[in-house]
Amino acid sequence: MSTESTATAPTYTKKDFSSDQTVRWCPGCGDYAILSTVQKTFAGLGIPREKFVIISGIGCSSRFPYYMNTYGFHSIHGRAPAFATGLKVTRPDLSVWVVTGDGDALSIGGNHILHSMRRNIDIKVLLFNNRIYGLTKGQYSPTSEVGKKTKTSPYGSVDRPIEPISIAIAAEATFVARSADVYGAHLSEVLRRAAQHRGSVFVEILQNCNIFNDGTFDSVTNRGTREDNKVDLEHGKPLVFGQDRDRGIRLDGLTPEVVRIGEHGAELGDLLHHDESTPDPSLAYLLSKLGPPDFPTPMGIFRAIEAETYDAAVHRQISEARETSADKDLDDLLREGSVWEIGEEKTN
Amino acid sequence: MSDADTMAPERKDSVVIRFAGDSGDGMQLTGTQFTATSALLGNDFATFPDFPAEIRAPADTVPGVSSYQLQFSSNNIFTSGDDPDVLVAMNAAALKVSLPLVPLGCTIIVNTDGFAAGSLSKAGYTEHPLEDGTLDGYRVVPVPLTTNTLKVLEESPLPVRERRRSKNFYALGIMYWLYSRPLAPTEEWIETKFKKNPDIVDANLTALKAGYAYALASELFQSQYEVPAAPHEPGLYRNISGNTALALGLYAASVRAGIPLFLGAYPITPSSDILAELARLKPQGVMTFQAEDEIAAVCAAIGAAFGGSIGVTATSGPGVALKGEAIGLAVTTELPLIIVNVQRGGPSTGLPTKTEQSDLLQAMWGRNGECPVAVVASRSPGDCFYTAIEAVRIALTYMTPVILLSDGYLANGSEPWPVPRADDLPEIPVQFRTEVDGFAPFLRDPKTLARPWVRPGTPGLEHRIGGLAHEDVSGNVSYDSMNHEKMTILREEKIARIADDIPAAQPFGDESGDLLLVGWGGTYGALHAATLAARDNGLSVSHVHLRHLNPLPANLGEVLGAFKRVLVAELNRGQLDLLLRARYLVDTVKFGKMQGQPFSVREVLAAVEQAMEVPRP
Repeated sequence: MSTESTATAPTYTKKDFSSDQTVRWCPGCGDYAILSTVQKTFAGLGIPREKFVIISGIGCSSRFPYYMNTYGFHSIHGRAPAFATGLKVTRPDLSVWVVTGDGDALSIGGNHILHSMRRNIDIKVLLFNNRIYGLTKGQYSPTSEVGKKTKTSPYGSVDRPIEPISIAIAAEATFVARSADVYGAHLSEVLRRAAQHRGSVFVEILQNCNIFNDGTFDSVTNRGTREDNKVDLEHGKPLVFGQDRDRGIRLDGLTPEVVRIGEHGAELGDLLHHDESTPDPSLAYLLSKLGPPDFPTPMGIFRAIEAETYDAAVHRQISEARETSADKDLDDLLREGSVWEIGEEKTN
Repeated sequence: MSDADTMAPERKDSVVIRFAGDSGDGMQLTGTQFTATSALLGNDFATFPDFPAEIRAPADTVPGVSSYQLQFSSNNIFTSGDDPDVLVAMNAAALKVSLPLVPLGCTIIVNTDGFAAGSLSKAGYTEHPLEDGTLDGYRVVPVPLTTNTLKVLEESPLPVRERRRSKNFYALGIMYWLYSRPLAPTEEWIETKFKKNPDIVDANLTALKAGYAYALASELFQSQYEVPAAPHEPGLYRNISGNTALALGLYAASVRAGIPLFLGAYPITPSSDILAELARLKPQGVMTFQAEDEIAAVCAAIGAAFGGSIGVTATSGPGVALKGEAIGLAVTTELPLIIVNVQRGGPSTGLPTKTEQSDLLQAMWGRNGECPVAVVASRSPGDCFYTAIEAVRIALTYMTPVILLSDGYLANGSEPWPVPRADDLPEIPVQFRTEVDGFAPFLRDPKTLARPWVRPGTPGLEHRIGGLAHEDVSGNVSYDSMNHEKMTILREEKIARIADDIPAAQPFGDESGDLLLVGWGGTYGALHAATLAARDNGLSVSHVHLRHLNPLPANLGEVLGAFKRVLVAELNRGQLDLLLRARYLVDTVKFGKMQGQPFSVREVLAAVEQAMEVPRP
């Protein structure tokens, strides 16, 4: 079975994906924009609405399923990928999405996110990264920067932060991307590609928490300055950025550097050209390490490769085993092993 | 020629033998072979593999001793026996560990080659136990098993180290002669098992036959014995262990329910074999998931249940501790889930390979919040099959998690099991909701209070569930105080109503009398045998053994009230005892044991006799 669009797939509008529940995020939260983009995008995927399941953990982002008119499961802290795994293995016909946050996925749920990605189970993880614990009112998170002052780090956090994309690529997720809450069209395109991908999807969505961590991603979301601070990853194209598109990323051996196009012999052709489909994750990992203060933040699809999914492998094994093994029913199995018959006439 | 050679074997009703040796000596294999042969002869039997947590502790040391006890009988028996008639001790450490477990007069076959100076000191002996009077009062049969084995394998092309490993078959050959067992079943097994290595086949066959011939020709034994077949009902029997039976029961339940089986598990002793057994059932479409940890294992099972499969997780006590929060989620979202706990000695890592019944209160209450689940316990290895089916039936009928309690004794022990026919097993009706009109996720069946089970993918029934408190019927998130209390009571009532759907407690013995012995789970055999013995002694003793621990059978209060005294015997410090006292205000007497070992019949009988003497307050 498949979640691919079919000729008879109904056409939806965003409203078809909105539940009757009142959205209870703080006014101004970046989650509203993400919710709206997801609803709009899902409506256009051609997948029957009843095939979508959204599973979440705990945290602000994890309230997401309640607001989507799909099947949904608001589970426990950090474990959403594990629920999603059990569901997807048993129901490969469903389009299974996980909505999680930086604390949920990378702190309490670090183990599960790691293993779901390395298994390449066909679930789509959307990680809303706001670098803060919001629902517990503002403690530093595993993505908070060193020195971050919060209620629980009044002298500044001494934790070295996790780079979510680096983790995903190290675990060899087969689809890894970054977008942001306010990147409507960009995010929608990433989600569309994610929906089509077969395998473990990891999308980091930079998200503003206007209450506890306002402006944390301002450098890449502020319309006035963002072009100088981000670089768009486009398959087959050179890494060019800047308001005037006059700068680029070039590799000097294994070391990336920012160059001005046309200066000191740096030509467009010399720039690093993005290839999302390289099976080797090394280059994608290198890109994941780029960011402030010395580099622009890469946005877009880091990696999109094809590989057999965990769920497909499980069902392939089952069908292969059926073909190659004797056809044993329950009675046959009950009679296996060390068995003996005791007759009506017993002899000693 | 010995007398034994010319005399007919002496008949015995029941025999208990115990093989003990180093972890690498093949004692489990030896015991299993003796069991299989005895099964073919029609004996009733019960086995007790007793082995260390370490895979290969240092050779010749006490922690490395691995044992296998077996009772086989011409009668129906219920335990692996209190008192071994024969102990086979492969080295000094095995003797040291086993001696406290065997009675005076026991025949002890000692491998004298395992008593060199080094072996003695590793076992902690300062004097030679074969020479210093330690074994006075036992019938000691010294056999240089290793030397003899190497002697008959002089022609073998195998290296000496390999040849030495055949000594367990030499010992088995001796035991086969002593109890008049045929060699053929084990010979066939050796030929199949080692067919890739003909030299090993030859060595093991030679050692087995040589051991048999040695026992026959030597004058070591005063007599040879035979144990006739037991009066089993005609039919097909299988030697089955608890873990195998439990795994088969889960699969049988999925066949009878007509929906797929999914097991999420993380390896943990003594439950790992359930995962291994079900992983073999790929051709039958069973899906197993070896998760990254215990929490992922249960969460994946809940995810599978949400998708319309039978979701199961199998573990032991430490794993259940980790799964608590997720079980609570399944309770509040009212999804079916089976949690198998093969109990072992605790707390913490405790005694991984030893049995205990100390997780009953964990099963009852080991979660945050008011969090009732159904609890079912298996009483024997073969019964694990039926309790697995019962656990699935309750889970699917009532949309609830069910904890199935097995234990290390049942998991690895085995017994003859009358093989059932699939068609005779209970059917488990499953009705997925597809009707859109009038649907709400927490509408309840008026009788069972179960909510509808909806498979995602069903058009028009899109809905959300979760761990936040939610409104009855609609399932919408609700922090309303009165709704919370209402839902708490509804979940409790749903579990309580299962009592209308399970058999009444039926004492073995009489409906009333001086003493009722109450137990649950894997102690059934010892309690039943002790009850039989007490009644033979003229005591007014009856026995009730609980399969359903939550809810308890509806009539249990009346049953308890019909006896002058109630004795609760369990392998813990009094957990069922606490439940019965709290629920029925009955002044019980408790008998517990925390030694990582099953009850002996003798100690239960002694507890019964003692309890009958205690004056009532």
